[in-house]
Amino acid sequence: MAKAHRKGKNRQQRERAIRVLFFGVALASITTLTLIVVFLFMEGLPILGKVSVKDFLFGHYWYPTDEPPDFGIFPLMVASLAVTVVSSLVSIPLGVMTAVYLAEVASSRIREWMKPIVELLAALPSVVIGFFGMVVVAPFLQRVFDIPTGLNLFNASLMLAFMSVPTICTLSEDAIFGVSRELKEASLALGATHWETIARVVIPASLSGICTAVILGMSRAIGETMVVLMVAGGAGLVPHSLFDPVRPMPASIAAEMAEAPFRSDHYHALFATGIVLFAFTLLFNLVADHIAHRYKQVGAATL
Amino acid sequence: MKLKSFLILAVAMTFCFSASVVSAGNLVIKGSTTVLPIAQKVAEAYMKQNPDVKISISGGGSGNGIKALIDGSTDIADSSRFIKDKEVELAVEKGEYPVPFAVAYDCIVPVVHPSNPVMNLTMEQLKAVYQGEVKNWKEVGGPDRPIVVISRDTSSGTYEVWHKKVMKEERVFPGALLQASNGAIVQAVSKNKNAVGYIGLGYIDKSVKPLTVNGITGSKETTLNGTYPISRPLYMFTNGWPKGDTVNFINFVVHPQKGQKYVGEAGFVPLF
Repeated sequence: MAKAHRKGKNRQQRERAIRVLFFGVALASITTLTLIVVFLFMEGLPILGKVSVKDFLFGHYWYPTDEPPDFGIFPLMVASLAVTVVSSLVSIPLGVMTAVYLAEVASSRIREWMKPIVELLAALPSVVIGFFGMVVVAPFLQRVFDIPTGLNLFNASLMLAFMSVPTICTLSEDAIFGVSRELKEASLALGATHWETIARVVIPASLSGICTAVILGMSRAIGETMVVLMVAGGAGLVPHSLFDPVRPMPASIAAEMAEAPFRSDHYHALFATGIVLFAFTLLFNLVADHIAHRYKQVGAATL
Repeated sequence: MKLKSFLILAVAMTFCFSASVVSAGNLVIKGSTTVLPIAQKVAEAYMKQNPDVKISISGGGSGNGIKALIDGSTDIADSSRFIKDKEVELAVEKGEYPVPFAVAYDCIVPVVHPSNPVMNLTMEQLKAVYQGEVKNWKEVGGPDRPIVVISRDTSSGTYEVWHKKVMKEERVFPGALLQASNGAIVQAVSKNKNAVGYIGLGYIDKSVKPLTVNGITGSKETTLNGTYPISRPLYMFTNGWPKGDTVNFINFVVHPQKGQKYVGEAGFVPLF
């Protein structure tokens, strides 16, 4: 009796210890991330003492090492948005359609093969994709379109699309696959063809999941550094055509941070650029979260 | 009990050993990627002659090297530029006095695609090209093709030299492409017949064609006798006047028959 009691106490203690351990681990990782954000703001905000928010966000010239320096990140922001939008124009149709194919059309054997392959693509290191873009795609584009340089907005967008397709595809596929069987069967029972069921029932039902996938794919594209550093060309200009070289924000930060004197204006300006980038990705993630909650499918009857 | 004391002894001994390794000499070198190949070659030779000294070398850029020197995380900072006033201020605030040693000369050479017939550009032409005023190769005696201007990131030491010597402190126009390293410029220029870029003498290979500047070829001789217009000294900074292993290493680097031999091998211009 006493033994059993002790045993029960031991188990309780162990339970409590495990709970404390997990709480500690969760707390540690969250604290670290929070501290990084705090650090980002601490290092970035001092630049606002030197330039106004308006000049920083909408200035057209980025000459951080000149005397007097210019800290205008407008061309950098436009470049980041441009590569993200163009790359999503490529990656969304590709990713979502592949997902539809895998979840609804492909036989289970093909699915078993294809799904791991798509997931593996997500593991391709970005530097490899960047190198491919630089050595293979850039000369190809230059030859085919007869443009001055193959390192441009279009090339970078293509490479970023390669990187976000696996993300979009895998997550959308999960969403589509999760559409309940009753819905599909009901649609088929009403006389809809397979295609009509996919277009009118399955996709609308999984729309929130697909949107989340798309936005996460886009936020991967906007934050990607190596690829844009290698293939975007890096001209600090607002692009006028698809084939203009551009310099997205991460490329600027990565290229310049190493040599920026510690705690100089340039250093603070780069961190402030990091804050802007953080704001963009945060916004994307909030939107994804919102969509996921707002249009969440609850049960089979909510359509 | 016995096992426990044995374990304690073992741990204590490990500590003693690791401590003795530290005291036998560890040098940390950080900084400019331009100076990196020199530091690597020289350090290899130095460690061969002094096997008890361990040298760890990393790049990261001149700014980072000096930053590391100031906060004490490196013994020697490589730099492709002289220390900035602000950095000196920061060091003095911490009670430190960075000491510069010129270890080699670098000469920066404009390069084009090997198929480009242009052989020479004057300093004025280079400046006009990099200001975006000259946009076509036919304006400087080449074929009718657009010029694709490739520059370095504004905070690199190489850009600084270019900015000072060629641009005369004026801005490279924003339409210039940006690459983050000498190697990346070679890569980009060799893949694009319209391109012009600039790199350190040591990075020239067969895939790109160096141009002469004002009719002068960038080389060891023209750099040392001062006729080649785009050249600069490279530095190693130490924290205060160097002592112990650090001074031995610096002496080795600047020795004409020892370190300087490797400077030449790394593709830079030795001091002597």
